[in-house]
Amino acid sequence: MEHMLTTTDVIKDFQGHRALNKVSIQVPRGSIFGLLGPNGAGKTTLIRIINQITAPDTGSVIFDGKPLQRDDIFRIGYLPEERGLYKKMKVGEQALYLARLKGLSNAEARKRLKYWFDKFEIGSWWNRKVEELSKGMQQKVQFITTVLHEPELLIFDEPFSGFDPINVNLLKKEILELREKGATIIFSTHNMSSVEELCDHICLINNAETLLEGEVSQVRNKFSSDIISIGFEGDPEKIRTGLNKRFEILEIRENGIGKEARIKLPGGATSNELIAELLQHTEIHSYNEVLPGMNDIFIQVVESASGKNTQKS
Amino acid sequence: MSKISLIVQREYLTRVRKKSFIIMSILGPLLFAALLVLPALLANLEDKEIKQIAVIDESMLLTSYNSGKAVSTIPETEYLKFIALEDVELESLQENFASTGYYAVLYIPANVITSERSLLYSDKQPSLDVSSHISNAMEEQLENMKLAAHNIENLDQILADVATDVKVSSIKWTRDGEAKKSSTGLVMGIGYASGLLIYMFIFLYGSMVMRGVIEEKTSRIVEVIVSSVRPFQLMMGKIIGVGLVGLTQFLIWVVFTGILVVGASTVFGTTMQQQAPMTQVSGNELFSQDENVQGAMEDFSEGEAFMADIFGAFESIEPGKIIIAFLFFFLFGYMLYSSLFAVVGSAVDNETETQQFMLPITLPLILGIILMANVMQNPDGPLAFWFSIFPLTSPVLMMVRMPFEVPLWEILLSGGLLILTIFGTVWMAGKIYRTGILMYGKKVTYKELWKWLKYKN
Repeated sequence: MEHMLTTTDVIKDFQGHRALNKVSIQVPRGSIFGLLGPNGAGKTTLIRIINQITAPDTGSVIFDGKPLQRDDIFRIGYLPEERGLYKKMKVGEQALYLARLKGLSNAEARKRLKYWFDKFEIGSWWNRKVEELSKGMQQKVQFITTVLHEPELLIFDEPFSGFDPINVNLLKKEILELREKGATIIFSTHNMSSVEELCDHICLINNAETLLEGEVSQVRNKFSSDIISIGFEGDPEKIRTGLNKRFEILEIRENGIGKEARIKLPGGATSNELIAELLQHTEIHSYNEVLPGMNDIFIQVVESASGKNTQKS
Repeated sequence: MSKISLIVQREYLTRVRKKSFIIMSILGPLLFAALLVLPALLANLEDKEIKQIAVIDESMLLTSYNSGKAVSTIPETEYLKFIALEDVELESLQENFASTGYYAVLYIPANVITSERSLLYSDKQPSLDVSSHISNAMEEQLENMKLAAHNIENLDQILADVATDVKVSSIKWTRDGEAKKSSTGLVMGIGYASGLLIYMFIFLYGSMVMRGVIEEKTSRIVEVIVSSVRPFQLMMGKIIGVGLVGLTQFLIWVVFTGILVVGASTVFGTTMQQQAPMTQVSGNELFSQDENVQGAMEDFSEGEAFMADIFGAFESIEPGKIIIAFLFFFLFGYMLYSSLFAVVGSAVDNETETQQFMLPITLPLILGIILMANVMQNPDGPLAFWFSIFPLTSPVLMMVRMPFEVPLWEILLSGGLLILTIFGTVWMAGKIYRTGILMYGKKVTYKELWKWLKYKN
């Protein structure tokens, strides 16, 4: 099976309001899948459907090639956005409890917890109450309880909120390591820089509908605006005056590091043509195609979609 | 199923290990034992003081002469002595009452037979025991006299006939009568105590369920948990777990209270037995008809007689039936209300917001408590009947009625209705709960709850 999880035309209505409208996603096995979208777009509803906290009105969810079943929750690990622990309970006892709810035996859960507590160097917390721990410490415990039963599918909803930068890095490392070990990861966030860093696939949901789906590189290429960034040495004026008018100069910047020109590549023109043209006027240090950031794509897509909506209504 | 038992375990163990639970387990029985033993102990202390009551009998109806000396015919008891005074003015007694050492002065006017009134003077409020003892004794004797005054032919014959009947009633009204009285008291006491206990239990542990739900919401762990178990399992696990905590607490209370009471009454009982030989039952001729009863009584110390009464009364109310009914209404009443409490917990973000939803829950519970007195007075009346059938009040009120021999079909109807209602309530609670636990920062109204109830999943 190529896909770990597929949803097809999932519709979910709440009284008088549609939370998901024919949402179809395909999460490739072994990928880190970014589920993006503004607040209230329907991401959490979709995640809750995958976790069987709620059920879709229509549409299907296929997990590992078969329709989603009750027992599949043992193969899914979920770190919700609204997360926490029993404050009055001891750390170890609580981790054990959550692990056993995920179907692990007492002995197995203890063994695995020992491994993770050693790995995160938090063994000494075992008998401390959760309320005595800092927020970041609690998040570590929470992360462990999410991955302890070695789920094949992991769902992280805004995993980095509440973490300090050091723990964010630790977490990113762990997420990548889990992928190495073969887990598939769904990653829901607003933080676009972490999407660029971690995700291979994305799906953008807005207003209950899928707007954009695919591999991150494809998506970015699709939104490529054919803008080239050139680092150069020499007089900027030479480029301004000398460059063939086919190529539009958007901007020339100078800073301590060097000089950079942004040039739009017209339709039909190749990179080589531009380079050949530039070489007559200046010395080139670098040549890069400027791909739009996920942040820009996110804003662009969501705004144009809501623009359409306002026109419709 | 194993998941529910995991949840039950957690809910149970975290609560049973709490300091507050341990403290309550120890304090509760001490309090109960104190409530049970103290009044008896105090009554005992009070009884030991011998009270002398001077009797000024102007009617001379309640005075007889024993070798020329005036003796009051009001029977004395262990701690109550009556001294007939002749040629003493009430006024002079009033003046130096304190120096006489009398507990009170009983003034019987000359026209007592028509006025049916006597006066008890004292510098303190005479106890109810004293005044009722006097009143009973006087009624008894005056009635006899009135009867004799009719000069009926063959009165002795007639009286003998009547006496057989009266003998039954006289058992009820004199010494043994007190025993009978105390057993009705016991029946009422059992009804009242079990009704009150159920009410307390529902309130204490129902709101414990509610706080548990709120805790899971505010600590934000609930979504983590419902990704492993169904919300309904979480709710039921909590209800069962907390219910077991309550049951444990209750059993600890029963056992400890039992030990304390038995312990206290052994100490208390031996002192009673030591006093037993001192007990002198007056063999007044007017009470000769009671001799056989009193004779039997003499074999017992008062403490043993009291225990015998209690056991007798227990047997008459079928303790097995009461205990089964108590456990039934105790558990199912809790079940019904705790599912409602769970709904309230799921609908709010913190405890201060619970107020608006508490009224429909507390209202029937408090109604039950208010109606308790009515039901006890008239355990077979329509009010008692309907409210002990109605599921929201039946756990408290059926228990109040139980010791008064309720027809079996009424118990079954009440219990059956309660179980049906629980199914309905738990189903409904599950639906609202499922949506509520994942809702944050919303000001929830009843309309909103109704919407949640109708959500498909």
